[in-house]
Amino acid sequence: MTLYFLCLILFCVGLYGVLRKRNLVKIIVGLGIMEYAMNLFFVLLGYRFHGRAPIEAKDQDILNMVDPLPQALVLTSIVIGLGVTALVISIALRIYEKYGTFDITKIKRLKG
Amino acid sequence: MELHILLIFMIFAAIVAIEVKDLLSSVIAVGAVGFALCLAFLVLKAPDLAITQLVVEILCLIILIRATINKDLPLVIEGRWVFNTVSTLGFIAVFLLFSWLALKELPGFGEPIMAVVKKYLQEGVSKTGAVNIVTAVILDFRAYDTLGEATVLFASVIGIMAILRRPGRKKRE
Amino acid sequence: MIDNPKTGMTLIVKTITRLTVGLIMLFGIYIILHGHVSPGGGFAGGVIVALSFVHLMLAFGKDTAIARISKNMASNLESIGAMMFLFIALLGFLGGSFFLNVFAKGSPFDLFSAGTIPLSNIAIGIKVGVGLFAIFLALVVLERSK
Repeated sequence: MTLYFLCLILFCVGLYGVLRKRNLVKIIVGLGIMEYAMNLFFVLLGYRFHGRAPIEAKDQDILNMVDPLPQALVLTSIVIGLGVTALVISIALRIYEKYGTFDITKIKRLKG
Repeated sequence: MELHILLIFMIFAAIVAIEVKDLLSSVIAVGAVGFALCLAFLVLKAPDLAITQLVVEILCLIILIRATINKDLPLVIEGRWVFNTVSTLGFIAVFLLFSWLALKELPGFGEPIMAVVKKYLQEGVSKTGAVNIVTAVILDFRAYDTLGEATVLFASVIGIMAILRRPGRKKRE
Repeated sequence: MIDNPKTGMTLIVKTITRLTVGLIMLFGIYIILHGHVSPGGGFAGGVIVALSFVHLMLAFGKDTAIARISKNMASNLESIGAMMFLFIALLGFLGGSFFLNVFAKGSPFDLFSAGTIPLSNIAIGIKVGVGLFAIFLALVVLERSK
């Protein structure tokens, strides 16, 4: 129970970074921390005490495997997180090229 | 017990990553959070996830460092800073209070309900022939989700190529 | 790969890269092919193959890596990987429904078992690996053009 709560505290640290920071790269770092916290929360839901990894062995009959369904969903989510981070970084690079700064309070003009 | 230590280390590293002024140091701190997450996946008996998280973390660090070299900026504190910080922290405290009340309804840590997975575990090897149950789930029982993930990756690659295109050569002369 | 002292990194880095970049790609292909017997699978193996190309580009400069895989070839290879995955999915119609596993399933723990699962792993490995290298190529070309 305390493990779930610590995981949500990690999510809130990332959320604070997205809401209150003025530098674009700090906002992207906060987004990455939120993704890590949610992946960990999913895998924590499927753990079983004294369980074993979900791979069959050759001569034993394993009865106490951990839950493989959250692991399958999180595997997809990790690679999607990488794609989203790369896309957001490329938008930030274009913004720096056009305005000369990463500060979000100065990127308010709409002229080209 | 090891999970508590790893999670507290991750929270400290995340606070360092958000608060420090130098951009390169904060990117390295995010790398430390990702590496501790890989160790947590190993403790939770998920070897596929540990391998994938480690190599994805390395690639993410290379891309982030590429964006922050020589691009610092000085920090200036403007007005109404106290009010903004206090209201954000108040909102986060209310969120954590309600989540504490909601987390009590989940089954306890270590005793999952496993209603759907029993069937996958019993006839996974005989129906698909694969020994790795996670691979059998993502490529045979739930292959639609893998198709959706391939589409998302494809869309992000196309998006990056479209954003970072140089203007045509005719304009430079 | 001739050592041009003006581009890329120092001589020590170039020598170590020459020795190890083939082993990294071989390890990535091993993880892709044995996805149904041991942990790993298409995604992890594809990212490792992409990392071997990125290693080559970081150590030798942009021109050597572009001579191996140019931007057009990377884009075509990624589309081929995605279409191969869709083709394997449509093959399931021979058996009755979308994504059905129609090939023969051999005995467990063999390399050639589990029907269409190794073929799907190879398709996803190609797609993820080449796609991530194309992302890195786009980022590097932007830097040189400023």
